[in-house]
Amino acid sequence: MNVVAKLTNITRSPGDPKVLQAGPSVAGAFDGLARKLGWFSIALGVVELVGAERIAGALGMSGKQDLIRAYGAREISSGILSLSVDKQAGLWSRVAGDGLDIATLLSAYRHDNPKRDNVGIALAVVAGIALLDIIGAKGVTARHSRRGTKPRDYSDRSGFPAGTAAARDFARSERGQESGAA
Amino acid sequence: MRALVWHGKEDIRCDQVSDPEIEDERDAIIKVTSCAICGSDLHLYHNYVPAMLPGDIMGHEMMGEVVEVGRGVNGALKKGDRIVVPFTIICGECDQCKRQNFSVCERTNRKKNLGDKVFGHTTAGLFGYTHLTGGYPGGQAEYLRVPFADATHVKVPDNLTDEQVLFLGDIFPTGWQAAAQCDIEPTDTVAVWGCGPVGQMAIRSALLLGAKQVVAIDCLPERLSMGAAGGAITINFAEESVVERLQELTGANGPEKCIDCVGMESHVSLAQPDTVYDRAKQLMLMENDRPHVLREMIYVCRPAGVISIPGVYSGLVDKIPMGQAMNKGLTFRMGQTHVTRWTEDLLRRIVDGQIDPSFVITHTVGLEQGPEMYKVFRDKQDSCIKVVLKP
Repeated sequence: MNVVAKLTNITRSPGDPKVLQAGPSVAGAFDGLARKLGWFSIALGVVELVGAERIAGALGMSGKQDLIRAYGAREISSGILSLSVDKQAGLWSRVAGDGLDIATLLSAYRHDNPKRDNVGIALAVVAGIALLDIIGAKGVTARHSRRGTKPRDYSDRSGFPAGTAAARDFARSERGQESGAA
Repeated sequence: MRALVWHGKEDIRCDQVSDPEIEDERDAIIKVTSCAICGSDLHLYHNYVPAMLPGDIMGHEMMGEVVEVGRGVNGALKKGDRIVVPFTIICGECDQCKRQNFSVCERTNRKKNLGDKVFGHTTAGLFGYTHLTGGYPGGQAEYLRVPFADATHVKVPDNLTDEQVLFLGDIFPTGWQAAAQCDIEPTDTVAVWGCGPVGQMAIRSALLLGAKQVVAIDCLPERLSMGAAGGAITINFAEESVVERLQELTGANGPEKCIDCVGMESHVSLAQPDTVYDRAKQLMLMENDRPHVLREMIYVCRPAGVISIPGVYSGLVDKIPMGQAMNKGLTFRMGQTHVTRWTEDLLRRIVDGQIDPSFVITHTVGLEQGPEMYKVFRDKQDSCIKVVLKP
């Protein structure tokens, strides 16, 4: 059984039900992917924030440390959003961020850059992650979207068995009784 | 037995759990015949309400048959009785209960020390909710222990279906109290923000309490169609300006009475920049709630009007225009529902055929489908408005 749920039993009274066997999670595969990408995004963001100098050196992008730190902050924001209930927005913001990363790396993929090979590797890695981000974003959006089904018409559900006019009559009649009683 | 158990954010599972046991002489145990997923369960699903713990059983809208009673129930209930269980647990004896302020019963929160620290004073114990309100196991389960059962129940007649009476435990009295505390006059316009289950009940309650016109505000067509069926004029805020439309409908006076049936998770949209601001602050743990509806109500409400808040707020809100509220002389009424204050009158209205609350049910499924239905309800898929579970 779930260890955490078992630990929390100390907060329950003797007659309270306690978990014997946890049921299956209904979270979809894409929700799981969103969670993993969210944590990855936060970790990468922290690395970019604290290791901007080394990253810039490794990619031959000296002078771009502040840009890398800004990208790190962006990664952390996207990660937090991907772990939240608005995971679609988080993952699509990651996709947009991947585009920025690729554009920035392409600008460094020059023949006069002595670290051009490293930039090429980084581009391949970012492209692979971007693919995962797109798959995750599309999957999560599809799972949680209400698109594709026509909204139902509930205009026959008044809740008043005798109709709304009768409901207004009830109100007038009860108000009359109240003022009569007063 | 089986029960829907909270394991974390967006992680509710149908678990095998031990059966509840009588632990106090005022307890009773019921076999749950129907229960429902409430909009406020979604705040727990999203982990926006503090002090939920893995292993907590969800659910505070339930009814069933009494299968066991403690000695102290003193004949108020017997085996076989069919009851609806109010979500607020009440002792019936404390000073607040005697004043019918049941949602702030002074005795039923078994974690009173927590309640005192967080709220300043304890509130009543609630089923299937945070440990700040007692951490009582909820009713999305096959069986439920009802503490203080001699006071915490509504007996219902056998000739009414579960679907007709189930909502006496929460959403019907919640919508009713929201309207009743507006002190509606026959000349009043009542505007209701949010056409979820509580909003639907508030719309009908306002009509039954004699409002001149009721205006329902939402962005989902199916919910607006149900609001219109209940006699409301509808505003789709995704298509038109709420403020301008309310001005038109009220001769530029504004609605006299405004009811917030949305609460802490208002819709986030770039068209309403304050909602994006709130969401960003919420993500950074700098604000608990997204109070867009409160801001809009304060702005649009007629001076000397009433703001009624049945929607759940959990903690700190930001950028509330108190200057507008103070200078307009607005009255604020809010709170968890004093369920038992209203149930006798509301049951009479159901028996009399004035209203049949079952209109709001859009989905009925077995308990094992509950976890998936949380997602469907949250994502507003399949035109879902109200889910009833049959354990």
